[in-house]
Amino acid sequence: MVAAEVDVRGLGHRYGDRIALRDLSLSVPSGSTYALVGPNGSGKTTLFRLLSTLLRIVEGEARIAGLDVRIQPSLVRRRIGIVFQHPSLDRDLTVEENLRCQGRLYGLASEALRHRIVCLLGVFGLEDRRADRAGRLSGGLARRVEIAKALLHEPSLVLMDEPTTGLDPAARADFWAYVRKMRDEAPATVLLTTHLMDEAERCDRVAILDGGRLVAEGRPSDLSAEVGGDVILVEANARSEMATRVAEFLGRRVEVADGVLRIEVEKGADVIPRLVEAFPGRIRSVSLRKPNLEDVFFHKTGRLIAHAVGSETSWA
Amino acid sequence: MGVSDTTPAGREAATVLSSAVVLAGRELRVFARQRSRIAGALLTPVVFWLLLGAGLRASFRPPGVPADLSYPEYFLPGVVLMIVLFTSIFSTISVIEDRKSGFLQAVLAAPVPRGGIVLGKVAGGSLVAVLQAGLFLALAPFAGISLSAAGAAAALCVLLVTAMGLTSLGFLLAWRVESTQAFHAIMNLFLMPMWLLSGAFFPSTGANGWVRGVMTANPMTYGLAALRRSLYWGDPARAGEVPSWTLSLGVLALFSIIMFVGAKIACERIRHSDS
Repeated sequence: MVAAEVDVRGLGHRYGDRIALRDLSLSVPSGSTYALVGPNGSGKTTLFRLLSTLLRIVEGEARIAGLDVRIQPSLVRRRIGIVFQHPSLDRDLTVEENLRCQGRLYGLASEALRHRIVCLLGVFGLEDRRADRAGRLSGGLARRVEIAKALLHEPSLVLMDEPTTGLDPAARADFWAYVRKMRDEAPATVLLTTHLMDEAERCDRVAILDGGRLVAEGRPSDLSAEVGGDVILVEANARSEMATRVAEFLGRRVEVADGVLRIEVEKGADVIPRLVEAFPGRIRSVSLRKPNLEDVFFHKTGRLIAHAVGSETSWA
Repeated sequence: MGVSDTTPAGREAATVLSSAVVLAGRELRVFARQRSRIAGALLTPVVFWLLLGAGLRASFRPPGVPADLSYPEYFLPGVVLMIVLFTSIFSTISVIEDRKSGFLQAVLAAPVPRGGIVLGKVAGGSLVAVLQAGLFLALAPFAGISLSAAGAAAALCVLLVTAMGLTSLGFLLAWRVESTQAFHAIMNLFLMPMWLLSGAFFPSTGANGWVRGVMTANPMTYGLAALRRSLYWGDPARAGEVPSWTLSLGVLALFSIIMFVGAKIACERIRHSDS
C-alpha cells in the first residue's frame, strides 16, 4: 500500500445556493499521476481550488502530505506546485525573470535558485528561450515555462487545472511527455483536471466527477474492464432514423454522439456482420473498440460525456 | 524539504519584507521596460507647467503668498504633487491587469503573507511615482527655487509617504473593481478634486468658505504643505501660509497608515468571498 499524497474526506463546497461539490472522498497515491475528469460544472475545478488553498474549506477535510489544508494552508503552499488553466506568467518579464520572481516568492536562496533554474530550463528544453519575453512565447512553450515555474521549489504535489486547454496536438503530446518526466524524475505526484477522457486515460488513476459527485474512481483499465463487452461505432446516412431502426433490429440502446451511432454489445464480432447485412448501402463505416472512460462515464451517469460537455469536444 | 512547523512573528515579518522586495522589484523592472510610459509621464507635466505657468503669471496675486513669488514657482510643487497623485494611483491598475493575466492568482497561491503582496505593490508603485516626481523636481532651479540637499531629501521623503498612501488607496479600489475602465472612472472622481483643492493651483487663503473647508479636509493639502516646506527648507516664509510641519506630517502619516491598513484588510478578505 503506497502512502496517500492527497487524502480527501467528505469534502463539500457551495457557491451561495449552488452546490459545487458534495461529500467527496478520494485519495491520491504518492508518486502517481491522477486525473479529475468530468464535464463543466462537475466540481473538478472547485476541488482543484480547494486543494490549492485558493478557496477556503468549509465542509469536510483535505490533507496534502499529511498536512490539513484548512488549518495549515501556508505549509501546504510550500509543498504544492500549481499550474493554472490561464497562464500566470508576467508577459513583460523574460522566461528567466519569471522563474526567478517565482522562486524568490517561495523563499529560495539565490544560489540554490540559480542552480534550480538552469536545471529546469534544461529539463524543459528552454535554454535558448531564457531571455525571451514571456509574452512572445507560443502556447506550448508558455505552458512549459508554467510547469517549470511550478516545479522550482521541488513540490511533492503538482496540481494542474486543464493544463492542455488551448494547446495544439503537438504541444499536447509534448506536455504528456513532460508530465511523465516530472513524475519519474522530480519525483512528484501529479493531480490534474481535464474534461477530455482520452487525456485522463493517460494517468495512473482517475476520478470521474459529475454534478459535484464522485461517480467512479480507479485505474482507467480497471474501470473500463468493469463495463465489459464491446462498443460498436457506426457512421451512417440519415442517422436519427437509422438509430431507431438499428435499436429495433438489435434490441439495444443506441446513442448518437458527434454524428456517430454508438452501441454496446457483448461480442462485437458477431453483431457487425449482421448489421452490415441488414442495412445494405446505409452504413458508411463501422468500427469496434473496447470500452474506455467515456463508456464508464455513460454507464455511471446515463449520459454521454460528449453531450455533457457540449461544444467543448468539437475540437478534441 | 526544510519546512518548519510554525511561523514565528519574526520570520513572518522577514517573509513579508522579502516577498515585498521581489514584487516591488518586478514592478520597477516592468516600468523600466515601458519607454513610452516614462516619456509620457515626464513630458505631460512639463507641458502643463509651462503652459499654465506662463498663462497665469500675470493674473496670479493671491493673499497668503509672498508678493515676489511668480506663478510658475508657486505652481511647480503643485505639478510635482500631480505627478505623484496620478502615477501612484494609476500604478495600481496593474492589480487589475495581474488578476486578468493570472499572475495574481499564482502569487495568492504562493506561501506569501497578504501583507507582503500589498507592501510589494505599494512600494513598487510609490517608488515609480517618486522617481518621476524627483526627475521633475530637477526643474526647480528654473522656477527660481534654490533647492538645498536637505530640502531635496526632505521633499523626496514627503513624496514617498504621500505616494504610499495614494498607492494604498488605489490598491484598495483596484482590488474590488473588475475592469480598468471602471477604475479610471472612479479614480478620476477622486483624483481631480484631490489635486485641484490641495493648494496646487491656488492657496486656501484666497478661497471662499466651502472650498476652503474642502481644502482643509483634503489630505493632499497637507502633503503639498509639507512639500512646500521641504523645498523652502532654509526659508520657511516663502512656503506661504500653509499648515505647520507638525500638522502636515501628522495628517500625511495618518492618511498613509489608514490607507495601507485598509488595503491589507481588503487583500486578506478576498478569499472568503472569491468564487
